[in-house]
Amino acid sequence: MMTDDLPKARSVPFAALAPLGRILRFLMRQPTSVFGLAVIALLVLAAIAAPLLATHAPYAQDLSNTLAPPSAQNWFGTDELGRDIWSRLVWGSRITLSIIALVTIVVGPIGLAVGTVAGYYGGRIDTVMMRITDIFLSFPSLILSLAFVAALGPNLRNAIIAIALTSWPPVARLARAETMTFRNEDYVSAARLQGASDLRIICKSIVPMCLPSVMIRLTLNMATVILTAAGLGFLGLGAQPPLPEWGAMIATGRRYMIDSWWLVTFPGVAILCVSLAFNLIGDGLRDALDPKQMNRR
Amino acid sequence: MNPIHVRDLSITLGAVQILHGISFDVRAGECFGLVGESGSGKSTILRCLSLLMSSWQGEVLIGGENLRAMPLARRCKTVQMVFQDPYGSLHPRQSVRTTLSEPLRIHSMPDREARITRTMIDVGLPLAFLDRFPHQLSGGQRQRVAIARALILEPEILLLDEPTSALDVSVQAEILNLLSDLQARRGFTYIMVSHDLAVVDHMCDRFAVMQKGHLVETLTRGALTGIPEEQARHPYARELIDASIAYDRAM
Repeated sequence: MMTDDLPKARSVPFAALAPLGRILRFLMRQPTSVFGLAVIALLVLAAIAAPLLATHAPYAQDLSNTLAPPSAQNWFGTDELGRDIWSRLVWGSRITLSIIALVTIVVGPIGLAVGTVAGYYGGRIDTVMMRITDIFLSFPSLILSLAFVAALGPNLRNAIIAIALTSWPPVARLARAETMTFRNEDYVSAARLQGASDLRIICKSIVPMCLPSVMIRLTLNMATVILTAAGLGFLGLGAQPPLPEWGAMIATGRRYMIDSWWLVTFPGVAILCVSLAFNLIGDGLRDALDPKQMNRR
Repeated sequence: MNPIHVRDLSITLGAVQILHGISFDVRAGECFGLVGESGSGKSTILRCLSLLMSSWQGEVLIGGENLRAMPLARRCKTVQMVFQDPYGSLHPRQSVRTTLSEPLRIHSMPDREARITRTMIDVGLPLAFLDRFPHQLSGGQRQRVAIARALILEPEILLLDEPTSALDVSVQAEILNLLSDLQARRGFTYIMVSHDLAVVDHMCDRFAVMQKGHLVETLTRGALTGIPEEQARHPYARELIDASIAYDRAM
């Protein structure tokens, strides 16, 4: 009878998805994280359905209709070249999302690798790796990204590289601190006794333990990434015109701000909402993944 | 089956000497106890024998072969350890199946499923538990999983670091019976650390008394059961045993 249970229980992929559903259900119970999830869902939807949602082409100029206030024709008004701001915002969500995704994909593994290796080996390896991390940490991240972009040349791809290069150190720090609390646990000793290599111990025993806090950190980090990207765009070092990047839109709108408030307000509100949403989800995740609450669910 | 010889095992960390020239022999297939108060170095000896701690001097021979010179793969299949705290010794994110199959995967041993099934039966756990996580198991069940993990590579020698002290009394008896049952069936050699002389009396044929990093005396079970010619001679060993017997009487 007991052996009957075996084949059913072996469907591992579904078992792996179960905690995801639990986390989502936990997030849905809190109004703040529901707001965050809703905004992110809207952002993703907007990015996917940009051609359908946009009422105008994002680059289409209409010089007879410049700086028009919000109306039924142009929901969020038009800019100094007569381009529809609503359409540009919708298309800009693709840029924002791709920046967040690319930066996170690069930063997560780098931070985890540096942090776990430094924390696991300790000693000289730790010292060297952490001093390098410290050097990156000792610059304000926007200034350092500015330097990188200035060196690499201003465009969107280099902005992404620069942001990634400046935002891995906090993740590495965190992963190292977590690793140091786990590396002397008995289950790591047991793995070592079984002949597991260091790489295997780091990948199979230590990384899974660090993952929740790193994920929280990355989510909170996304808010900063959006702001940095917008900042770089604003300074003219990120996405270049005519790309509808939100920060760049604010930068060009700044000149007409006094008479045409809609030029900066709508991109500003979009940046605010999205970075707030990521912060709220990060907070929600922290509650959901708190190891002390792990056994209760 | 091979006997274990430990010769002049000592550890010095900075100015502090933690173990002072420990020497003892364990016969093949016997259960050897290490007793003493907290901090006397009992668990440290196990950590040395398992090479979790490697900065020690001295010599450990297993069947005449130097432990340090043994290739890793063979050492893993010779010496395994069961830890004190079953709440800390199992990876919280790994199911029982993963915990048991990892060592088999590391040593690329064939018939994984069959070995896991056999080991689960050996330690008296239902196969349905394979897909549970540690937090879904009780303390006794966790310790059974930890024992299963130690058994799965089919070692000859099991190092038991107070395997029952974190469990409550009825479960302690179950685990001890499981261990002596396994020994009777498979002929393991045990080195068992304990501060509970009743456990030592139940499990061990011979035991050594430790104090402050010194091995003060090696005794046989007779010293606990009151056989006159096997009584402890060293004053500290005597004191420890008398205190334990007095405690048992008082209970």
